[in-house]
Amino acid sequence: MDRLLKASVIENRQLINNHYLLTLQPLKKIRKPGPGRFFMLTVDDGLDPLLKRPFSIHRWTGGNFQILYRVAGKGTHLLSKKKQGDTIEAIGPLGNGFNVGKTQNNIILVAGGIGIAPVFALAETISKRKPLLFYGTRTKKEALCIDNLKSLGIKPVMSTDDGTLGTKGNIINVMKKHLTRSTLSTDCVIYACGPGPMLRSLSEFTKKHGLKAYAALEQNMACGLGTCLGCVVNTVNGYKRVCKEGPVFPIDEIIW
Amino acid sequence: MTGKKTIDLKVNLGKLRLKNPVMTASGTFGYGEEYSEFIDINKLGAVVVKGLSLKPKQGNPPPRIVETPAGMLNAIGLQNIGIENFINKKLPFLKQFDTPVIVNFFGDSIAEYVKAAGILNSAKGIHALEMNISCPNKQAGWSIFGTDPKVTFKVVSQVRKATDLTLIVKLSPNVTDIGLMAKTAEDAGADAVSLINTLTGMAIDIKSRKPKLANITGGLSGPAVRPVAVRMVWECYKTVKIPVIGMGGILSAEDAIEFILAGASAVAVGTGNFINPRTTMDIMEGIECFMADNGIKSVKELTGAVQC
Ligand SMILES: Cc1cc2nc3c(=O)[nH]c(=O)nc-3n(C[C@H](O)[C@H](O)[C@H](O)COP(=O)(O)OP(=O)(O)OC[C@H]3O[C@@H](n4cnc5c(N)ncnc54)[C@H](O)[C@@H]3O)c2cc1C
Ligand SMILES: Cc1cc2nc3c(=O)[nH]c(=O)nc-3n(C[C@H](O)[C@H](O)[C@H](O)COP(=O)(O)O)c2cc1C
Ligand code: FES
Repeated sequence: MDRLLKASVIENRQLINNHYLLTLQPLKKIRKPGPGRFFMLTVDDGLDPLLKRPFSIHRWTGGNFQILYRVAGKGTHLLSKKKQGDTIEAIGPLGNGFNVGKTQNNIILVAGGIGIAPVFALAETISKRKPLLFYGTRTKKEALCIDNLKSLGIKPVMSTDDGTLGTKGNIINVMKKHLTRSTLSTDCVIYACGPGPMLRSLSEFTKKHGLKAYAALEQNMACGLGTCLGCVVNTVNGYKRVCKEGPVFPIDEIIW
Repeated sequence: MTGKKTIDLKVNLGKLRLKNPVMTASGTFGYGEEYSEFIDINKLGAVVVKGLSLKPKQGNPPPRIVETPAGMLNAIGLQNIGIENFINKKLPFLKQFDTPVIVNFFGDSIAEYVKAAGILNSAKGIHALEMNISCPNKQAGWSIFGTDPKVTFKVVSQVRKATDLTLIVKLSPNVTDIGLMAKTAEDAGADAVSLINTLTGMAIDIKSRKPKLANITGGLSGPAVRPVAVRMVWECYKTVKIPVIGMGGILSAEDAIEFILAGASAVAVGTGNFINPRTTMDIMEGIECFMADNGIKSVKELTGAVQC
């Protein structure tokens, strides 16, 4: 199976100022990929930006897939200009996503900022097991997917940097307080995606309490296929490729 | 009009015969496996694998790559699995194809280059060696092998004695006189030269005032370097008699033909593989169409045919 494909833009909707939801229809049949896997997308046909950009699968709805993204620079800005009917070249699904044991209950999800994109995909696949979700954003407006989470029966524990929603401050501190209050059990597994500093402080916490955790990481990518060796992270077992061995890694493997 | 059937895409590099002039550039195609999902490796002119050293190398800390206008900087740090692992674990896969395997290699001393060439020479299924001389020389205070003609001559002539495979010397563009470097490689016994390797560059994040790469500097590749690469291929073509393999920002058949007109006998696609894994196939088909449309029977007619 060849994972190079073209996809047609069904909708590219602005959610709030710099956050968009892109719905793509693949022009050939692909099977529903697991949460945490990603696609490399062409954001423009010109030479600058040159490389495809990696985006997690956010939702899969009847053969279409959705990308939830934040405008971070030139490439994502150009992506936000795509219109219905435009075609985008894509490679995917790529990488190793979140792998939740079939009998695993007591699941904790942690999302920071746009990290909600893949965490939501995971929440959707395991919603019946009533995961506990901790979700931190900068401000209330940037808290995305709240309604969709609600229809999955998930009410996230929120924090915002400015205190406009949930507790003011960082989500890992909120999680720490919450978990020690409601009997922290060691058979829980944590799945997370978010900015580096958030994941680093999560890893300190899980190490201290001997908890199992997995994190989806980001790194600049060129090929997305494992050939350029550009996207590595440092792990206890040497450099590993985020695009191939990752993007999801056991959090205690990562050297921060 | 020439029919596609009568079009001759074959080229020679020393005693190596290629069915067409389109190869992959080292470090952008891994050891072939990942790309076999997207292209028929049998159709390539040759596969050039990621640069290998005697022992595995872990490479540089991240971030290792950053995009720049129409190009990218990389500081992978020559991470590789080592020659032995390549021969045992990767070469068997490549051997199934009817496409020559060119092994790119390097060392941090002349002795290491020679030893590496010797081992590769006796492994079955390798058709040619490409020496990367754009890497640091431990004995000379880590200055680059490929920038001092005296050192270049020494390392190439020693490697020449260690192998009877077709020997390609991959030149560094970070020199004043590329023609002199090509001539030096030819005099030392190279069967062909390939160029360009990446141009040393740097990018700075103006907010944090930090370099964007952990290694501070990196190698620039992609369309941004193409005019420099075309000029260098042209200078080498004028200076040496051995074949020149051109690369640097090739994304399309038009780009490839530009290199061939400047003097390249064959071309290699690097960064283009990242943008679209089918780039090599599209280029091959495009060259064939160009030749059919322009009544050119053999691609060899185009090599060096620029009219200055
Ligand atoms: C596996 C993976 C999944 C991702 N999923 C999402 C997602 O679902 N939604 C979302 O909004 N973002 C996601 N990202 C991040 C997204 O890829 C970057 O924001 C985007 O590439 C930035 O491109 P740009 O041209 O707009 O920014 P640039 O101007 O190029 O850079 C802005 C910032 O983005 C980083 N960046 C640049 N190029 C890349 C690249 N090729 N890969 C990763 N980071 C890069 C830069 O280091 C810089 O910090 C994901 C990244 C990875 C690795
Ligand atoms: C990520 C990356 C890794 C590379 N690794 C090697 C290598 O191991 N050995 C080598 O001789 N050249 C290496 N190169 C250089 C390429 O083979 C090629 O010479 C250069 O990138 C110019 O071609 P391009 O613009 O088509 O990429 C590498 C280039 C890139 C982008
Ligand atoms: S992006 Fe090329 S190896 Fe991961």
